[in-house]
Amino acid sequence: MSSQPSDAAAGTQAEISAEMAEIDKTHTSTGHARPQPVLNYPPYRSSILRHPTKDLHHADPEEIERWAPCFGPQDVGALEADLTVQHPGEPIGERIEVTGRIRDGAGRPVAGQLVEIWQANAAGRYIHQRDQHPAPIDPNFTGVGRCLSDAEGRYRFTTIRPGPYPWKNHRNAWRPAHIHFSLFGTDFTQRLITQMYFPGDPLLALDPIYRSITDARDRELLVARYDHEVTRPQWSTGYRWDIVLTGPHRTRFEEDDA
Amino acid sequence: MRRSTPGQTVGPFYHYALPYPGDHTLVPPGSANAIRFHGTVIDGAGDPVPDALLEIWQPAPDGSVVRRAGSLHRDGFTFTGWGRASTDTTGHFSFSTLRPGGPDAFFAVTVFARGLLDRLFTRAYLPSPEPAPFLKGVDAERRGTLIAVAEPQGFRFDIRLQGDGETVFLNFGTDER
Ligand SMILES: [Fe+2]
Repeated sequence: MSSQPSDAAAGTQAEISAEMAEIDKTHTSTGHARPQPVLNYPPYRSSILRHPTKDLHHADPEEIERWAPCFGPQDVGALEADLTVQHPGEPIGERIEVTGRIRDGAGRPVAGQLVEIWQANAAGRYIHQRDQHPAPIDPNFTGVGRCLSDAEGRYRFTTIRPGPYPWKNHRNAWRPAHIHFSLFGTDFTQRLITQMYFPGDPLLALDPIYRSITDARDRELLVARYDHEVTRPQWSTGYRWDIVLTGPHRTRFEEDDA
Repeated sequence: MRRSTPGQTVGPFYHYALPYPGDHTLVPPGSANAIRFHGTVIDGAGDPVPDALLEIWQPAPDGSVVRRAGSLHRDGFTFTGWGRASTDTTGHFSFSTLRPGGPDAFFAVTVFARGLLDRLFTRAYLPSPEPAPFLKGVDAERRGTLIAVAEPQGFRFDIRLQGDGETVFLNFGTDER
């Protein structure tokens, strides 16, 4: 398949890193702000045929787009926020807490909204048919979690620190350890799917998905920080990762009116 | 405004996480007034995209914005206005839903895919003799990409990520840095 080059045909990490450095240089010298990530980012080979070539068309949100879908307690079980209790045994790996606040661009908490996560296990393996990485599956770990944010916009998950895993973008390509996050805001236009990374990971600099956010100030927003206040004695280490959604388009006044 | 958290691709491994039973059936197929909203996602080479995920968000048939939970555990009676569908090996997605109501009605659509670094927004307007005001502001030759095609059972809406007939994707003024 042209959009998924085979390992043998692919470039080396050095070639990919050189391409990424070249793009950074161009973006710095031209200076103007771009949407982040850059959708047309050839070092991520699968993006080549899957990015729009025309400029996005500006639209003022219509009424339906100024509201987000609603989720409630009937949608999410209380245990879904703990990815370590979904099986009879304990999963293998470093138990962690991941927590933070979800706010909109005006700093308002996004309360009672759905947060979904998914991730590889401690060995870097997903429970997914298409994951062929020969690392062990953990029978006690699925790697899927959900919760609703609280009134202050806080979310919290207990999980296992995921491992890095190889992929076929180029020869010897490895994804830095990450947790996939799916978020909704208070309007439709705030919809976000992203990835949370871990501080100090040497694979970040080599990763074309992370580096497709060409502005360092922006991509660093995806890196959680270790927070000893989140760490639980005799139980788990803690990471804090806050999320800021775009917008909002709807004002507090309209909210009260509704 | 604070700097917003950037997006990243949904990647290849969401199938065991984001889809759920009933995700694409906003109403049970075959129930009263159920329609089909479906289409194919195509890449820049004209090939189907078998690992895309679509979400729709729409008003109720009376044009109102639905403010009801229950999309993840559908009770078979509550219309929530929101759904999610994965494309199959032929790039095809399908929803069972109700016709969105109100003037200039459309399905708000979000597209995610492996290879697509951030979500894309678009609209699938219902066909109408008089195009919606927004559509009049879109180049005439591209306008059709925002209009669903009426079929006996509902509407078809194909999405071309790139190239000939590239779908018009939207920026709500939130993507500038
Ligand atoms: Fe991943």
